[in-house]
Amino acid sequence: MDESLTTPSPEHEPQRDEAGISRRTFLMKVGIALNAIVGIAIATPVVVYLVGPVLRRGEYRHWISVGDVSEFHPGETKLVTFRNPFRHETDGDTANVPAYVRCTAPGKFVVFAINCAHLGCPVRWFSESQLFMCPCHGGVYYADGSRASGPPERGLFTYEARIEGGQLMIDAGQMPTLSNRAMAVPCPGSVQTNGTQVATNLVTRIAPWPGTKTPTIG
Amino acid sequence: MAWYKDTYDWLERRLQLEKPIKDAVMHPVPTRTASWWYVFGSASLTLLILQVVTGILLALVYVPSGGHAWQTLQVLNYQLPLGWFLRAMHGWGSNFMVAVVLIHMAQVFLFGAYKFPRELTWILGVFMLLLTLGMAFTGQVLRFDQDAYWGLAIGASIMGRVPFVGGALVDIMLGGPIIGSETLTRFFALHVFVIPGILLFFTALHVWMVVVLGVNEWPVPGRIVRRSTYMREYHELTHKDGLPFVPEAVWKDLFFSAAILFAVAFCAAVFGPYGPTGVPDPSIIQTVPKPDFFFLWIYTVLSYLPPSMETPFILIVPAVAVAILIALPFVAGVGEKSWWRRPIAVFAVMFIAVCFSVFTQLGTSTPWSPHMSAWSGAAVPVEYLHSRTPLERRGALVFQQKQCRNCHALGGVGGQRGPELGDVATRLTEDQMIRQVLLGGGNMPAYGSALSPTETTALVRFLDTMHPNYQPAAGDASRGVVQTGDVPPHSTVERGGGEQNAPH
Repeated sequence: MDESLTTPSPEHEPQRDEAGISRRTFLMKVGIALNAIVGIAIATPVVVYLVGPVLRRGEYRHWISVGDVSEFHPGETKLVTFRNPFRHETDGDTANVPAYVRCTAPGKFVVFAINCAHLGCPVRWFSESQLFMCPCHGGVYYADGSRASGPPERGLFTYEARIEGGQLMIDAGQMPTLSNRAMAVPCPGSVQTNGTQVATNLVTRIAPWPGTKTPTIG
Repeated sequence: MAWYKDTYDWLERRLQLEKPIKDAVMHPVPTRTASWWYVFGSASLTLLILQVVTGILLALVYVPSGGHAWQTLQVLNYQLPLGWFLRAMHGWGSNFMVAVVLIHMAQVFLFGAYKFPRELTWILGVFMLLLTLGMAFTGQVLRFDQDAYWGLAIGASIMGRVPFVGGALVDIMLGGPIIGSETLTRFFALHVFVIPGILLFFTALHVWMVVVLGVNEWPVPGRIVRRSTYMREYHELTHKDGLPFVPEAVWKDLFFSAAILFAVAFCAAVFGPYGPTGVPDPSIIQTVPKPDFFFLWIYTVLSYLPPSMETPFILIVPAVAVAILIALPFVAGVGEKSWWRRPIAVFAVMFIAVCFSVFTQLGTSTPWSPHMSAWSGAAVPVEYLHSRTPLERRGALVFQQKQCRNCHALGGVGGQRGPELGDVATRLTEDQMIRQVLLGGGNMPAYGSALSPTETTALVRFLDTMHPNYQPAAGDASRGVVQTGDVPPHSTVERGGGEQNAPH
């Protein structure tokens, strides 16, 4: 084999025309500009594609039945599961959304989201002690959803509820977090003033520790 | 001439890679850097390659669909031959990679390698650490089980705390209104395309800079880094007293990489793959979600922060931490490299290591979480029921039934959220206990509305027997005062100190 693939040295290269270089440099810059324009034109719809879920936010609410009113008895808090109204074929079991229905009096309902107001873990209801406890960081809530102890800064999130044709309907569709619609509705058990949570209804009858302003409730 | 020599020559004449590669691998390194301390960077690269290879193999089977991902993991675990082993290699490889990257970073920091002229190498390294952690988190999501589901819920809740744009961020992160298939496909794209792509690109730049700038010399106390003289000094160091990287230094890298790969395979074979835990069905709420090992410390921090601190802390501290790491080579870009002359640096590494260890340890035992099944699963130890009256035993029943046990241990078993109550009567009088039970306080919920007066009486009578080993029960000093008209002679109780000493 007798190949030679080395580059010829510079002196063998043909001399370039200075004017040609500047003309081609200009054309190269035009080429870059063209690509930039086309790129932006193509990329803008892509941004819309990426933020699509935000643009569709307004649609994420839908009245859905969580069961017949007769299933819920006064004084009881019951775990229900519904299929999220906004779901895809591929969602599988993840579209099952649990919630707690608390019936305070015949025809009166409060529906709590499962997600702890701290970081979204699933709270569990203990009917014996009338408490919701969170397994993650130990947030605890009273039966009316107000914060009892632990790191949460507010009571449980609630769904808007109404009765329609004997069915208990809730306005659901979106995972509740501190920054969406769920936050706008104060927990029914809490008295909100200036955005801060004060004593809960359950314990307002209890005076602070004598002689101090220290709340006796954690 | 042998046929393979012909083939090599034919390829080389076209590729012409021999000279640049030779220049790169034969570059001289300072003699003392041919050390076992310098093997962690190459080991990280080895682990990255392992992750890419095992990741591609897993992607042959994995289906990134909310309804199917969990099933395909079962197929990998139980139906495909050695599918479990590949999952285990990928999972353990991820753990080893985070660990080795952190060790590499600590070593580089202690050896002053971030100083001039290697500032950019360090900054890229900081981003590579973040990308590695991003890989670990997104990988945990792809193991689409209960922990992954609730991990996403925690992630979304943290995003939701961002002021103004929080809601939009949650929607972008989840890809829809709830955690579902769209969330999984987003994390799949991040884990498989976006983050590895950036990581590989950064790795190439990082290694390129190591080659062109040279390996950091072994720090010697008194050898000061100055921008004006460093390059000349380093050149002298490598050319007068240097070794070619291949083969004089590289053999240690090769040995260590082999050892790390063996360790990953060993752990994979012995301990097996991670999960998946239960199906990602949020309606199954009997779950105790926990993040993977390297995020346990965050889990701990999040549970110990007071509510008012939480949002600012979550949003500000990570940004500040990254800013400090990036600013480091600009603030301390010259000067001493030796750890003997940098006590604050050494202390910082030790402090961070101790915090990380303690928080991780706490994250494994989670003393702040109620034990959800203690009330029904852990019986009251017999010694606490022995020789008790029927009323006191009835109180023990109330104690279990009202889930007190979820937060309070008896005989070392039960929740640790509240104090262990095996000796509560030595600390609290009957009146104080009644008050504590009914009104709560000190992070305890008020049980006033969940207990009837008879239940309260029984419960407190039971708790009042909790002064084991003949320890005296707590007494109410004020009763003595009322009865005798004076403070008891040997009392330590201060006059008027009642409020300060009251339980909170």
